[in-house]
Amino acid sequence: MPKVGLFIPCYVDQFYPQVGLATLRVLRRLGAAVDFPVEQTCCGQPMANSGCGEHTRPLAEKFLKIFGQYDHVVAPSGSCVSMVRNHYAQWLEGRQDFDHLRANTFELCEYLVDIARVVKVEGAFPRKVGLHMSCHGLRELRLGRSSELMVTPFNKVRFLLGQLRGIEIVELTRPDECCGFGGTFAVNEEAVSCLMGRDRIADHEKAGAEIIAGFDTSCLMHLDGLIRRQEKALRVMHVAEILEGARLS
Amino acid sequence: MIGHADKAALFAANEERTHWHDQALWFVRLKRDRQAESIPEWEALREAASAIKAHTLSRLADYLEEFERNARANGIQVHWARDGAEHNAIVHRILADRGIKRLVKSKSMLTEECHLNPYLEARGIEVTDTDLGERIVQLRREPPSHIVLPAIHLKKEDIGELFHKELGTAKGASDPNYLTEAARSHLRQKFMAAQAGLTGVNFAIAETGGFVVCTNEGNADMGTSLPPVHIGCMGVEKIVPRTKDLAVFLRLLARSATGQPVTTYTTHFHGPMRGGELHVVIVDNGRSAILGQETFRRSLSCIRCGACMNTCPVFRRSGGYSYGYTVPGPIGSLLAPLRDPSNFSSLPFASSLCGSCSDVCPVKIDLHHELYAFRQELVRQKIVPFHKRLAMAGLSWVLMRTWAYRLTGGLMRRIVPRLPRALVYGPWNPWGRQRELPQMPRESFRDLIRKEPK
Repeated sequence: MPKVGLFIPCYVDQFYPQVGLATLRVLRRLGAAVDFPVEQTCCGQPMANSGCGEHTRPLAEKFLKIFGQYDHVVAPSGSCVSMVRNHYAQWLEGRQDFDHLRANTFELCEYLVDIARVVKVEGAFPRKVGLHMSCHGLRELRLGRSSELMVTPFNKVRFLLGQLRGIEIVELTRPDECCGFGGTFAVNEEAVSCLMGRDRIADHEKAGAEIIAGFDTSCLMHLDGLIRRQEKALRVMHVAEILEGARLS
Repeated sequence: MIGHADKAALFAANEERTHWHDQALWFVRLKRDRQAESIPEWEALREAASAIKAHTLSRLADYLEEFERNARANGIQVHWARDGAEHNAIVHRILADRGIKRLVKSKSMLTEECHLNPYLEARGIEVTDTDLGERIVQLRREPPSHIVLPAIHLKKEDIGELFHKELGTAKGASDPNYLTEAARSHLRQKFMAAQAGLTGVNFAIAETGGFVVCTNEGNADMGTSLPPVHIGCMGVEKIVPRTKDLAVFLRLLARSATGQPVTTYTTHFHGPMRGGELHVVIVDNGRSAILGQETFRRSLSCIRCGACMNTCPVFRRSGGYSYGYTVPGPIGSLLAPLRDPSNFSSLPFASSLCGSCSDVCPVKIDLHHELYAFRQELVRQKIVPFHKRLAMAGLSWVLMRTWAYRLTGGLMRRIVPRLPRALVYGPWNPWGRQRELPQMPRESFRDLIRKEPK
């Protein structure tokens, strides 16, 4: 059985432990041998995103040391996985195990669809759900077709959630507009970031969503912060939390 | 210098107008989507365009010389300008030597980049921008706010007011047809009186020594067929090797720019009119320095369609002026700091790195990756403020030590919920201005996993 290293991004570990637990349970119910190496902290994205490459390097090295030996590494976050897959090469190119790590680090939904080959999702979730296709998962990991590209439409997240009994995935006016989180952008460009977030929420509201579901907790943290400040009835949920009760095969 | 974030905040403060701006540009993006969808080989076209540009840039000097040879053989007078100042001086000399006092201009962001208008005006030459949007911003004494839609920041009421003041239209009139008609007759007089016409260049063809200008209003054609002197100004990167390459670029350009299958006019210039003169000014102005930087050279592939602006969620909500450079939006956020990193250091950060620009770009410039990479360039040059670098150094130190990370996280989760709200949400907390902080759980994931059955 392949050995899976569970990578729980720092802010999920600290602020959203339920997302980490849901991910763990989904993977274990699939029968995966999941291990959570406790030395892990953060992939280094905040530093890289700020341009501080030299402060990212040691974290990339630490990550490789911790996760380099697993068959697969799985994380409930598109952007942290993209960091490993698309940006680590700058610091780790040529290092032992790096090619293996890069090719075998997966966001949860892509792991379920592409590696675990889940084709059937059995369970009920009778709610109106808006899908938030976070940008890095969408355009860097290609979890779905972005609206700009003229290729055959596909969406791995929708493929999983759409099978739940009673779920209604609502149609948004702008299916993949950025929510405005953007890492340090959220504070550097606070005004535009929050306006983008409020516009995104309005689109989900207009479509009748009760829940905004996503695969990147960072975007959800930003949207949830706006929702709670405005005391709206919507709530955010990570895909793992929705799939937690389902049977995957 | 005020950075993008502050100017963007000012723009976004008028939420109603910002939403209108956002919708207007999103409408163009949707038009682009419909046109792109209608071409089954759209992605193959983008790939081909990207490859042609990469090839051309790899032999740029050869193609430029080939173009020059063939252009001269066609009777075109070719001039070379190292920078904006040389470009302006060359254009001025052409005009001054012929006693020309009235110039009509069309479709040239390059002359905006070189600040040609004020240069010529200071020397007694009347310059009239003849694209409707360009004329509007010229009358307002403003630069364009978008490279394809220069007056996109203005509503028809703003234009009605401006035309009433400048062109004598009826007060309070804002009917677009009426205003366009007024601009049309105003510009007719300018065309009739012009002694020279200046245009930009969309594509210069090395193998033929000719060039192509793509317009919608026909003004470039008017401006180049009435007066006897035509000057075309182009950046060095406008070269394509062969005429047949246009079959790729012309299919992409208008669809990406405005969602039209093709521009209304696609005019090929292959020599002067009988009895007239045709000049081409080839301008470097920092471009070969960009060509020398491997990470960023792909930004020179840009065909100036503006699609990255229309799709950019930040541009739509911050307006072209928040960038403070002739070319705004994602591509401008690269080109501006490539030219002057200190003055434009905020621009690579004026992006959520959502990547929509890279996916929409007809020549596949990896815009958001280049913006990401440029941030490192700014840190390397120590242009990013010291306190920001220090904060990241501190964060990295903590994250490198698992015990320090656990300790910091634990303390934060215990302390923050107990602090008075006014303290947590003070002005020092930009996150909390419009957003709640995450609710801090008592236990972290790593605490909870120990209780989880294996």
